[in-house]
Amino acid sequence: MIPWLFISGLLLMVYGIINGLFYAPSDYQQGDAFRIIYVHVPAAYISMMAYSLMAFAAFIALIWRIKIAHAVIVSAAPLGAWFTFLALLTGSLWGRPMWGTWWEWGDPRLTSELLMLFLYLGYMALRASIPNITKADKLSAILILIGAINIPIIHYSVEWWTSLHQGSTLLKSGGPSIAAPMLYPLLASIIGLSLFFGSLLLIRTKAEVLKREKHSRWIKDMILGDEV
Amino acid sequence: MKPRQQRMLALGLSAIGLILASFLTFKAFNENMMFFINITDAVEQNNIPANKDFRVGGLVIKGSIYRQPGDLTMSFALTDNKNILKVRYTGVVPDLFREGQGVIAHGRLAEDGIFVAKTILAKHDENYMPPEVMESLSNHVTEKVAFKAAQ
Repeated sequence: MIPWLFISGLLLMVYGIINGLFYAPSDYQQGDAFRIIYVHVPAAYISMMAYSLMAFAAFIALIWRIKIAHAVIVSAAPLGAWFTFLALLTGSLWGRPMWGTWWEWGDPRLTSELLMLFLYLGYMALRASIPNITKADKLSAILILIGAINIPIIHYSVEWWTSLHQGSTLLKSGGPSIAAPMLYPLLASIIGLSLFFGSLLLIRTKAEVLKREKHSRWIKDMILGDEV
Repeated sequence: MKPRQQRMLALGLSAIGLILASFLTFKAFNENMMFFINITDAVEQNNIPANKDFRVGGLVIKGSIYRQPGDLTMSFALTDNKNILKVRYTGVVPDLFREGQGVIAHGRLAEDGIFVAKTILAKHDENYMPPEVMESLSNHVTEKVAFKAAQ
């Protein structure tokens, strides 16, 4: 399943980005500068999806004590952190020519997304500082759950408060406000990046489970086969 | 109660507490969370910090941009479709600065009621379309007001 996810994700992403960068028409106001949307929006979307997934896994892990849920959180964190960084970076590069600023402190959308980057980094730092794995699992899962309050704040920041950042183009009442030839490559790159993220997450989770269960009987059986 | 149900209850109650606490915090900070204030508040001087810079956002009125020859000084007027605020600025404006566009000015009100800006940021709306589509649209629809502050 992993190779299928990986390859279909990669293909969709390549399709979306090539079409977005070379074939989609340019924007009536921004010209070609709007094309950063094909990287920025998927990255920002995954950065929030990854966190939501981690929060969901943390909830499962704390209540039902399911061990694999902790492995999922551990595996998703660095991926989420990188996509958050990518969203901030591409946003900043676009913001300089379009808005006239690299970064604006006090803007609710920008600040809440940066806070999420710190939540990811804080989660990894907290884990790294606790040697006992069971304790690290529990405390870091609580941190992730507390930080989950930031997700709706990021999403609605452009509606609740005045912000430099534009409102949502895709998830707005009355349907997406983007022309069709620009929209399809965008959807392709969002879905493609999601599948790509999913495949990376599965690979990492698999490795994490193997690492955690390295002393268990089934792993010895699996590796040594009939010799045991 | 089973331990699992106890954990669920504890987690649920803490979640409700957290949401409530955040809600109250944001309610208290609401004014400060705003990135800019709208034109009407600026003109009527509602909640404007005294002797401090603040940001004001509005649409550039068509035909109001005046550039001083041989200088980077310019003046223009911003509106929220209710009130008008005159702005004076010296410097380079971003690419998206143009008539009818939403912009944010950072500065303070001068004695004469003119807003003296130190920075100008252009706001972009959430609509994306090719130029041809925009042309055919603008025959039917007048300027689309993208600013929430203007509503």
